[in-house]
Amino acid sequence: MLRYTINRILLMIPTLLGVAVLVFVLLRLMPGDIVELRFLMDGGQVSPEVLAQERTRLGLDKPLWQQFVDWMSGLMVGDFGVSMWTGRPVWDEIASRLELSMQVAIMATILATLIAIPLGTLAALFKDRWVDRFIQVFAIAGLAVPSFWLGMLMIMFLLVNFNWIPPLTFKPIYVDPWHNLSQLIWPALAVGYRYSAVATRMTRSTIIEVLQEDYIRTARAKGVFERLVVRRHAMRNAMLPVVTVIGLEFAFLIGGLVVTEQVFNLNGIGKLFVETVTRADYTMVQALVMLVATFFILVNFLVDLLYAALDPRIRYR
Amino acid sequence: MMRKFGLPVVLVAAFALLPATADAQTPKKGGELRFAVSAEPPDYDCHAATSFAFVHPVRPHYNTLLKFDPANYPKVVGDLAQSWEQSKDGLTYTFKLKQNVKFHDGSPFSSADVKATYERIRNPQNGARSIRKAAYADIASIETPDASTVVFKLKAKNASMLTNFASPWDCIYSAAKLKEDQKFPERNVMGTGPFKFVEHAAGSHWVGERFADYHVKDRPYLDRYRAIFITNTAARVNALQAGEVLSEFRGHSPADRDKLVSALGNKIEVHESPWICSLVVTFNTEKKPFDDARVRRALSLAIDRYQGAEALSKIALVRHVGGVLRPGYELAASPAELLKYPGFGKDINAARAEAKKLLAEAGVKDLSFKFLNRNVPMPYTPVGVFLIDQWRQIGVTAEHDQPETKAYIANLRGGNYEVGLDFNCDAVDDPNLQLAKYISADRSPINYGRYNDRKLDELYDAQKGELDPAKRKQILRQFGQHALTEAYTFPTIWWHRIIVNWKQIKGWHMSPSHYLNQDLQDVWLDQ
Amino acid sequence: MAIADTTPKITYKVPKRRHPLVQFAVTQPLGAAGLVVIIALFIAGIFSESVSPYDPLVLDYSAMLAPPTWEHWMGTDAFGRDVLSRIIYGARTALAVGFLSSLLGSGIGAVIGVVSAYFGGRIDMAIQRFMDVLLSFPIIVLALAVVAVLGKWPVGGLDLNLIIAIAIPMIPKVARVVRSSALAIREMPYIDAARAAGYSHSRIIFRHIAPNVVAPFLIMFTAFIAQAILLEASLSFLGLGVTEPTAAWGLMLSGTSQEFYQQAPWMIIFPGLAISLAVFAFNLFGDSLRDWLDPKIKL
Repeated sequence: MLRYTINRILLMIPTLLGVAVLVFVLLRLMPGDIVELRFLMDGGQVSPEVLAQERTRLGLDKPLWQQFVDWMSGLMVGDFGVSMWTGRPVWDEIASRLELSMQVAIMATILATLIAIPLGTLAALFKDRWVDRFIQVFAIAGLAVPSFWLGMLMIMFLLVNFNWIPPLTFKPIYVDPWHNLSQLIWPALAVGYRYSAVATRMTRSTIIEVLQEDYIRTARAKGVFERLVVRRHAMRNAMLPVVTVIGLEFAFLIGGLVVTEQVFNLNGIGKLFVETVTRADYTMVQALVMLVATFFILVNFLVDLLYAALDPRIRYR
Repeated sequence: MMRKFGLPVVLVAAFALLPATADAQTPKKGGELRFAVSAEPPDYDCHAATSFAFVHPVRPHYNTLLKFDPANYPKVVGDLAQSWEQSKDGLTYTFKLKQNVKFHDGSPFSSADVKATYERIRNPQNGARSIRKAAYADIASIETPDASTVVFKLKAKNASMLTNFASPWDCIYSAAKLKEDQKFPERNVMGTGPFKFVEHAAGSHWVGERFADYHVKDRPYLDRYRAIFITNTAARVNALQAGEVLSEFRGHSPADRDKLVSALGNKIEVHESPWICSLVVTFNTEKKPFDDARVRRALSLAIDRYQGAEALSKIALVRHVGGVLRPGYELAASPAELLKYPGFGKDINAARAEAKKLLAEAGVKDLSFKFLNRNVPMPYTPVGVFLIDQWRQIGVTAEHDQPETKAYIANLRGGNYEVGLDFNCDAVDDPNLQLAKYISADRSPINYGRYNDRKLDELYDAQKGELDPAKRKQILRQFGQHALTEAYTFPTIWWHRIIVNWKQIKGWHMSPSHYLNQDLQDVWLDQ
Repeated sequence: MAIADTTPKITYKVPKRRHPLVQFAVTQPLGAAGLVVIIALFIAGIFSESVSPYDPLVLDYSAMLAPPTWEHWMGTDAFGRDVLSRIIYGARTALAVGFLSSLLGSGIGAVIGVVSAYFGGRIDMAIQRFMDVLLSFPIIVLALAVVAVLGKWPVGGLDLNLIIAIAIPMIPKVARVVRSSALAIREMPYIDAARAAGYSHSRIIFRHIAPNVVAPFLIMFTAFIAQAILLEASLSFLGLGVTEPTAAWGLMLSGTSQEFYQQAPWMIIFPGLAISLAVFAFNLFGDSLRDWLDPKIKL
């Protein structure tokens, strides 16, 4: 087990390095630069000398390899540098928005789990009956409806009927729970629907599979009550893939908030990402991508570890 | 359908910008003004800023030497200057400064601060940035004979000098702070303005609070103001409709105005004015066939500006037909004078026939090109769609290319385009600023047409040094005629600014620029 | 002859051979419903010119923001363009983007997956690490970055670079699934036999391995069309996808249209429904196809 774990950790390093190289190159290939954008997007007459001076100040005139080495050596000591747009430390910019996005993601996860597990189980138990078909349609619709459109409809509904919109500025839940929840419950619902759809489908198919396994048949044959079969035998064994999907979707959600945060004007990671990409704020985008990728790889790693712990065959493959 | 929501309930006098009569009420003190801003300032330095998103949250912390009279644009009044005089030859400006002005840290304000500020703009040192050096290039020296007097000496006559001193960008900084660190204002806010800095939550909001020692008696009225950053247009208008914010000071589209009026009725006040911004078509004159004036002029002639202005004004924030200067500005061409410019006549059929003839003469058949536009929905997209439709009517095919802003700017500046939709937007009507778009590329950093035309340069310099407004106007007409005949760059339709305020907001004045009248000194809340 | 009388005549119950389509419709009613919608979309997309009542590009300043009537079933937009016609032409954009990007993504992905599985060893290792890198970018983030890098490459109103941008995030997923199916096949005796017979690598890959990964490939292909349509809508909504005046569903929801949603809710509701319906139909169909072809495959 230890060897497997160490192996997996070592494998993470080339992946992360690959992500770093890819994002670094992609950013430099994008047309347009932050200096032109900053001084020319609103008009004004800025001389080429000022633009050149600003590029020097941001280190954009250094050779590319130098820029990459600078960035990497900063990363080694946990220094992400400063935002090229605001001049504030990258980490401060991210930290001030992370809480909001994490909360929305967690709320969406809770919502999705609460919806998905009962619905998925129900659908599996009544496979191919009308309950199942209904739940399947509900779930597939969840995959189909764009969450930003759902968000737009929600706001439209609230505004037209109650002349009210969710609060505009974020307050942490421990400061003002009511304010906090009334702002974040809507985006959590909008993205949670899709999320619950994915999890419902996973729950349904794994439970169907588990119900066909030998030990379930044995339990049934022994005359164990159906409810007990489901609760004690089927559910427990079906939970692993479901938890996996929930975990992976959570990692994806952080990136997936990109569009929804626009609609609700949430000051989160997704909005920050779109803004920094459109500004070509290299240091910020690099840090954000590394953050999301690391998070995603870690979740994957934990899932694999969990599987390996439960299923010895995987360790020796 | 439009008619149902069409007529705004309250339409505060628009074109003439009448002196407001609403101030008859006695102003009330206190309250917090919440307003939306659609973007966010990157840092806090006025001298390196170009965006309204900077002016709206930051300007209330500062004063400038002069400013535009909020109720009587373009009249210039003192801000930190008590009075001023201009020598007969137009080469010396002497300012008497106000007494008892204090900075937010309690230190007194004096002429040294003015000198330090303008030296920083003119000639930034130690890594400081200044992007408006050109406006003060004519200054020879700045002297401070005593603590309340500043004398500017010029090298050359400049008809726009007073306008320059009223620029909203020239925040007066503390000389002491600048001496410690020229970059101090980038990360710190410390001025003499009506409001002290409280906080800036990145991506979220900006707060200022009343400066108790402000030099104007009994001002400001407000206790605080809170600028909330909302990038999404729909979210911004929703916030305004729900009363979460009381205004947004850049401008709304007609659709937003109609929506707000129909939802809120007489709880709000609509202010409208022509806007000192225009979308201009510009040609890459290095690419064939756009090196040919006939082709360029044909594409200008094909546009029915009058019908377009009327139709687009219902869906986009453009409305006025004008030449190289904002229609309605005292030095701009009158509607009658405008008719004489090519492409500004009322008979569109004749103009289109002429356009086709010009294209035939130039030997251009089935002209088709990529039309570079900015990926900003309002008003770039509607105007772009409109232009493509207009050109289609003389048999010209334009393919819409709308990259996001930074790629758009890179393509325009790099000459990586054929025909593009550029914009011209500045804080004031001043011809020195406005016409810089049209003069030769080797003189102007914002000419993306890559041409040099010495006649335009000559006329530009002549009007700049002409202190007599009537004569200056004459030269400007010649400039317009030549620029629009050559049609390297030509205006399409000028913008129209629409501001929707909740009625509680009093003492705020409309102006043709979203960069002006935002110090919030005289604004109060009736609640 | 008595014997013949005593033995009852044996009647064979010959199962009726039904057309596979009919069989699919009977066993997978939801999938069949999806298929009907998909066919309708294809008709709309291919025959847009004859199906749609108006030209989607023609501006009509006298009918701006007109509500749904008999003349304009779904109303008009801010330029007076018929919303129904734009939705019909939008089907063309959505299908073209969905189909082409899915074809590109799953095609390249499948080739990479098969190659990786067949050669194994270091090549497999290197390819898998690179796929890991791509996988650790969230889809929209990767697409956003690719769109920004490539810029636009419009051909006949369709942005080819957008198609590439949407295809790239699909590659690693397809490669993964195809690789594991191919790995299982690689161990089969007949592949060893083919090797022993001295067949070339490409012959073995294309003649012997590829046909056996068709089922997972087809299933993923359908699922990715749905994803691609959704992703295109999101990107267009963010202003990074299709450009005006091309008719596209996501674009109809973006930019200025949001500002009209109180006076002209039809501008928001119908395009959103079109996206949802199309994605819904492809998902329904894809699910049923999976159940029908190979219930073991999970995505």
